[in-house]
Amino acid sequence: MWHIFTIIGPGAANTVLLTSISFAFGAVLAIPVTLATRSSFLLLRGVGRGLVEFVRSIPVLVWLFIVFFGLPQEGLSPSPLVAAIATLSVVSAVYLSEIYRGGIAAIDRGQWEASRALGFGRLDTGSRIVGPQVLRVVLPPVATYGIGLLKDSALASTIGVVELTYRANTETQLTGKGLTVDIIVGIIYLLIGLPLAVISRHVDSRLRAKFSLT
Amino acid sequence: MTSSVFSGWGQDLPELLRGLGVALQLTGLALVLGFPGGLLTALLVSRRNWLAKLVGLVIVEVGRGLPLLVLLYLVYQGLPQIHLSLTNFLSAVAAFAWSTAAYSSEMFRSSLNALPNGQREAALASGMGQVDTFRFVLLPQALRIAIPPLLNLAVQIFQATALAYVITVPEIMQHAYFLGTVSFLYLNVFLLAGVLYAAVTLPSSALIAVLERRLSRHTSV
Repeated sequence: MWHIFTIIGPGAANTVLLTSISFAFGAVLAIPVTLATRSSFLLLRGVGRGLVEFVRSIPVLVWLFIVFFGLPQEGLSPSPLVAAIATLSVVSAVYLSEIYRGGIAAIDRGQWEASRALGFGRLDTGSRIVGPQVLRVVLPPVATYGIGLLKDSALASTIGVVELTYRANTETQLTGKGLTVDIIVGIIYLLIGLPLAVISRHVDSRLRAKFSLT
Repeated sequence: MTSSVFSGWGQDLPELLRGLGVALQLTGLALVLGFPGGLLTALLVSRRNWLAKLVGLVIVEVGRGLPLLVLLYLVYQGLPQIHLSLTNFLSAVAAFAWSTAAYSSEMFRSSLNALPNGQREAALASGMGQVDTFRFVLLPQALRIAIPPLLNLAVQIFQATALAYVITVPEIMQHAYFLGTVSFLYLNVFLLAGVLYAAVTLPSSALIAVLERRLSRHTSV
């Protein structure tokens, strides 16, 4: 059992790398997407909403295959890891933008109105008054999405990224002990996801204290 | 660019539609087995008996905690280790049903919890038994709350059937990949596959949104 663990374990490095980079890109890219879907320009709003609906209507695996197997046809040949990061970044940007949008909608209109009335500009209102409150509201669902992304990163094994699931699969085919292997890999996924959940709860309670919102 | 990304769509479509049929079958079976399974585990988890609670929790947490891909491998390649071999199609049904049960379990549980306690108390006080109270008073109200999220889950499960590709179930992606290896026009065929998924997903999601708005008119909570 320990032997199998030492063989699969190192795959965790790529799983964590893939998840964290995609998550970071997604979290930042989601901001312009959110702003576009909330824009007062009809065209921009339409493009934003269209993008969100389009990306979400197609399974992640299909996007992954379009990027990895499809793009070389247009002269672009990303490595498996780059293809996986690119795909997961865009997909998470779209899903996170929906979470951000919900977070902004959850903030009372009065917050905008009051800060505008006090003479704050649109940018300052967004970044200093509403932004921090949105941050607190969206943190739990964003953390949940992060754990979901960790699980989605397993898809990268299908295009040959040597991460946890890939290693588990090779080990299964080598030893035939699929049950043992999958239980071990399952435990590793849970162990990676656990700190994420704990940290988010910790940060959430600290933000709660800081902004004293209930 | 020598050819457009649409070329070959005409020839590829019939093959992919056959895959769509299999994907819908997978989805249907997963839901038929998974939703009752989810309700059952929701009831198990809310029991005071620790063993029932533990069994329910393990089913739910494993189903939600592992990547669906690993769940598929677990059923297809793992169970043979304890001499339980399922065909690739049945393995996919089992894995997707498990996932459906795990996720829907939380939806059933939270919608049952959302009901005011007075509903249960009033039903019991008017002489209804535990089973009747659940069947005729609590469940119908909980279902009304749970229906929109359950339907959204159904759409997600349909999208997830693409994963059955890895255990060679002849669904959309399996056909698409094969067609790609023949024509080398991977981009074209995977885009067409994407369009097929979107053709099911977008109208379904729109309908669910309408239904959700109409249902919310009748809920007092």
